[in-house]
Amino acid sequence: MTLLALTAAQAAEQVRAGELAPAELWEAYRERAAADELNAFLWVADEAPASPADDAPLAGVPFAAKDLFCVRGVPSQAASRILEDYRPPYTATVVEQIVAAGAPVLGKTNQDEFAMGSSNENSGFGPVLNPWDRSRVPGGSSGGSAAAVAAGLAPWAIGTDTGGSIRQPAALCGVVGLKPTYGACSRYGMIAFASSLDQAGPLTRDVTDAALLFSAMVGKDHCDSTSVAFPEAVRRPRAEDLRGIRLGVPEELTSEAEGLEPGVRENFEATLRLAEELGAEVEPTRLPHAAHGLSAYYLIAPAEASSNLARYDGVRYGLRVEADGDLVDMYSRTRAAGFGPEVKRRIMLGTYALSAGYYDAYYGRAQRVRTKIAEDFAGAFERFDFVVTPTSPTVAFPLGARTDDPLAMYLADYCTVPMPLAGIPAISIPNGLSEGLPTSFQIAGPAFSENRILDAAYALEQAIGFDGSVPR
Amino acid sequence: MLDRSEVLHVARLARLRLTDEEVERMSRELSKVLDHIEKISELDLEGVPPTSHVVDVPGGLRADEPRPCLSREEALASAPAVAEGGFEVPSPGL
Repeated sequence: MTLLALTAAQAAEQVRAGELAPAELWEAYRERAAADELNAFLWVADEAPASPADDAPLAGVPFAAKDLFCVRGVPSQAASRILEDYRPPYTATVVEQIVAAGAPVLGKTNQDEFAMGSSNENSGFGPVLNPWDRSRVPGGSSGGSAAAVAAGLAPWAIGTDTGGSIRQPAALCGVVGLKPTYGACSRYGMIAFASSLDQAGPLTRDVTDAALLFSAMVGKDHCDSTSVAFPEAVRRPRAEDLRGIRLGVPEELTSEAEGLEPGVRENFEATLRLAEELGAEVEPTRLPHAAHGLSAYYLIAPAEASSNLARYDGVRYGLRVEADGDLVDMYSRTRAAGFGPEVKRRIMLGTYALSAGYYDAYYGRAQRVRTKIAEDFAGAFERFDFVVTPTSPTVAFPLGARTDDPLAMYLADYCTVPMPLAGIPAISIPNGLSEGLPTSFQIAGPAFSENRILDAAYALEQAIGFDGSVPR
Repeated sequence: MLDRSEVLHVARLARLRLTDEEVERMSRELSKVLDHIEKISELDLEGVPPTSHVVDVPGGLRADEPRPCLSREEALASAPAVAEGGFEVPSPGL
C-alpha cells in the first residue's frame, strides 16, 4: 500500500533513483484499475508498456485518459453509444506527448457523453460513483478521471474542460484540476464538443503533480492551428507564501452566487483568511457580466456542439441504423439511436440558436456577452494577480438529484464557465470538507499565467494540508 | 417558448428523429432553459464586438507540403459499409 500512497512526482523520483521498478508501479495500478468498482474506467490496458528511458521526465508513471482522447487502436468513444468500440487510426497529440515523456496509458476513463454534463450521469455507459460516497456523483464531465485519481486507481489523469469539466469533478472528488489557457495544449485528437472552449488539462493528487503532467502537455502543434507555443518552461511550484499577491474576490461568483452552500462558503472564507496569513492582500472586486456567463455558455457551447456533432451520421465510423428510406432517413434514425438525451437536448438548443431568425438574438448576443466577460477579467487583472472563487457552489450531490431538471444541473457550472469564455487558466484545489465531502478553491489568472497560478496554489495547498486519502 | 411545431422543425434541421414523448419533453425543457438564457436580452450590448476566438493566433498558415496521412484502408476501416474503395450510403432519394 505504500506504493499507492506516493504522489506521481514522488513515484517518478523513486523510479529515477532506482528505488522503484516501473513494472511494479504499472502492475499495482493496472490491478487496481481492472478491479474498479466505481465505473471510472471504460477500458484498461493489459499489455505492459516498454520501460521508460532513463531521462524520461514522467519516468514510467502511468496515466488515465478521458475516453474522448483518441488513442490509436484503443476504444475512444467519448462515452457515447454512437461511437461504441470505435478504435481510431491515430492518437491525440497531448497523449502522444505524455507517452513520449515516459508515462504509459493505463486506461480510458468514463465521462459524460461528448463531455456534456456536470455529474457523469450522461455517460452512455452508466454513471461513475464518487469514491467519497458512492451514492453521490463525481461531477463531470471528466468524472471518471477525477474519481480514478481520488480513489487511487490511477496515479494521475487527463481530462478536458469546456465549461468546468476538469475543475468541477476535481472539486467534487477532492483532487487538483487545472484548466489551461485556451491554446496551451493541442486539441488534435480530442473528440470535439465546443471548439472555441475545449481545453485539455491534468487531474492529479496535488499541485506538484499537476505542474509535472501539464509540462508534458503544452506546445504548438501543426495539427491544431489554434494551439500556441507556451511562452515559458512550466516550472515545479515552490512558493512558500503569498507575499505581494493580490487576490480579487468577485461578488457575483461568491456572496451573490445562486445556490452557494453554507459549508462551501465557510471553507472558502477560511481559505481567504489563510491566504492573508500567507501574506496575500484579499479584496472584493466585480465581474459585472459573470452572472450572465451561464447564459452565454449555454448558447455558444451547444451551437458549436450542434455543428461538431453533425459528423456522427452513420457513414464513416460508429453506429449506423439501416433504414428502408433514403440517406436523410438513415442519418436521423442513426442519430436518434446513438445519442443520449442530454446530447440531443444540446444539439437541439444549438441548432435552434443558430437557425434563421434567431442567430442574432441568441448566438450573436452570446458572443458579445463573451467579449464583456473577457473585458471584466482584464479589468480585474489590472488590480489583482488572481480572481478566486469556490469551484463548485455545492459538494457532490446524490445520484439522480438533478437529472430531471437540466437547468439545475447547468447551475453546477456557475463558478467555472466564465473562465473558458475568456480563455483564461484556472486551477481547482481541495480546501476542506463539508458534510464529509470535499470542497474546493478556484484560482483564475490572466492567459499564460499557469506558473504563477501553480505557485499560489502550491503555497495554499501546503497551508491547507487537505487529507485526500479517501478509503483507497 | 418552443412549441411542438418549432421542435419538429429544429429536429429536422438537426437530423434527429424524435419520438412524440421526446418532442413533448424537448418543448418543456428547452423552453425553461431558454427562459433563463433570455436574461442576456436585458444587457446593453450596443457597439460591443462579438468574440468568436479568445487567443490571438498570428496567422494559422503553414507551408503547403505533402505529409504522410492515413491510407485508404485505414480511413475506411471503421466505416459501417464500404463499396468500391469508398463509403457506401443509401440513395439520397432525390
